[in-house]
Amino acid sequence: MTASDAHRAIDAVWRIESARLIAGLARVVRDVGLAEELAQDALVAALEQWPESGVPRNPGAWLMATAKHRAIDLLRRQERFQRKLTELGHELETGQGAAPDPSAVAESALDGDIEDDLLRLVFTACHPVLSTEAQVALTLRLLGGLTTGEIARAFLVPEPTVAQRIVRAKRTLAEAHVPFEVPRGPELAARLSSVLGVVYLVFNEGYAATAGDDWMRPALCEEALRLGRILAELAPKEPEVHGLVGLMEIQASRSRARTGPSGEPILLLDQERSRWDQLLIRRGLAALERAEALGGALGPYALQAAIAACHARARTPEETDWVRIAVLYGALVQLTPSPVVELNRAVAVAMAFGPAAGLELVDALAGEPSLTGYHLLPSVRGDLLVKLGRLDEARAELERAASLTRNGRERALLLERVAACRQASAAAGSAAADAAR
Amino acid sequence: MRFMVLVKANSDSEAGVLPDKEAFAAMGRYNEELVKAGVLLAAEGLHPTSKGWRITFTGERPTVTDGPFTETKELVAGFWLIQVASKEEALEWATRAPFGDGGEIEVRQVFEASDFPAEVVPPEGAAREQALREEPRRTAGQP
Repeated sequence: MTASDAHRAIDAVWRIESARLIAGLARVVRDVGLAEELAQDALVAALEQWPESGVPRNPGAWLMATAKHRAIDLLRRQERFQRKLTELGHELETGQGAAPDPSAVAESALDGDIEDDLLRLVFTACHPVLSTEAQVALTLRLLGGLTTGEIARAFLVPEPTVAQRIVRAKRTLAEAHVPFEVPRGPELAARLSSVLGVVYLVFNEGYAATAGDDWMRPALCEEALRLGRILAELAPKEPEVHGLVGLMEIQASRSRARTGPSGEPILLLDQERSRWDQLLIRRGLAALERAEALGGALGPYALQAAIAACHARARTPEETDWVRIAVLYGALVQLTPSPVVELNRAVAVAMAFGPAAGLELVDALAGEPSLTGYHLLPSVRGDLLVKLGRLDEARAELERAASLTRNGRERALLLERVAACRQASAAAGSAAADAAR
Repeated sequence: MRFMVLVKANSDSEAGVLPDKEAFAAMGRYNEELVKAGVLLAAEGLHPTSKGWRITFTGERPTVTDGPFTETKELVAGFWLIQVASKEEALEWATRAPFGDGGEIEVRQVFEASDFPAEVVPPEGAAREQALREEPRRTAGQP
């Protein structure tokens, strides 16, 4: 095995083991930043020794044992940790009357339930004292095992920025004395929603990547899916976790179909459905079923997954159950009121009950301040007006949409439709004139 | 990226001997590990080749040959489909599969859409293919 082979093998082991390692250590030292440093120390030791000795039969156990020794050393040596140790020992003493021997404390903590530790790590990395950016960076770093460089490439920011973000995030957590725990009671729902928000943000970042981007960007979709699938195992009774996984699996199932040969985006209804990944669709539908079985059909992610599922189940665009989609959007807009969701509902209503019904909803959105400058509002309105034969009004809306979009290809498409409106309306005009003659 | 981990057949799997309780439990633990790590997409075990057949495409009509087949080492007894970030990660997971002495697996990378230039698989061709593939399911009235 060459040194670079060994390094790549170690990277792979790191990716598989690092989160468990950091989580287990964080429970002992009660500081995720320090836990990560200890885990990194173990990684450095591996990088030194494995190229010579070969990768051990059980690399995870090797890393854990090495990190454990360092943790114990540290706990013994440093005054700061002596204090923490006394606290830990005290907890143990009051709990079980055990003696606060450093190695015994460390060992018992490290031998605890690693799944609980992982869940604590997730909630700590996504703690509300951190900015969203910091939550994202820390989650990818601590749970995804991504390097600072990989995170930087994925989010198109300089590496030192990400490194700083992570350092600051760790410091913030330490300074705020954020406990290494899973929130309970009424706090849990809000905290879980912020964890899911981070995972979905990572997914969308990858989903927004385009053909020319660094491969790390689309890889974020897989990363988010992996995090979501891990979470679904860690918190199997939380319906929204399954809702989010379902939503991501179904969206990911379309990744092959959503761009054309030259990287141009293809809208959902124009996509070649045979290119949708049936395995991911099945997985997504199964995750959605789990969310529903847990009584979570009306959660925001489950609702979005259910909408995605309506499309996934339709073999052709014509088979789409628009009535159901309109109902689901109705529930979603009740839950998370948003003009953008309402606009989507209007589209679904138009497909289900005709353009006039949709137009009524779109017109109610006119003057909505958050939609000012949002090209999809006039674009949708123009589309519905075309269907209603109100071509002159349609033309004006489509022209406005064309002037608002920042996407050149989309602008070209909109202008084509403007021209078509003009022609059709001229033809209708001359036909009317003929009829009158 | 996705990898298929193919489990090679042996005389036991070909004889239809099911794994003992211990091996079954070890496999269960391994699968659980894969699921918990978020990497497992699918996994199945296959009946012995005595229950399968081969079709050779030569001349006008395809020839059907019933199993069993003899070259045991070349046969597949099951598979995992995993999604990982690198070839090395796939290798690391595959190495952890709970097989004893004489076990053999083969790891193959799965083609992704981006591996094909667009002109190789025109959308219409793919659509036709998929429609044919799905027809039996549809007529069977399944989702």
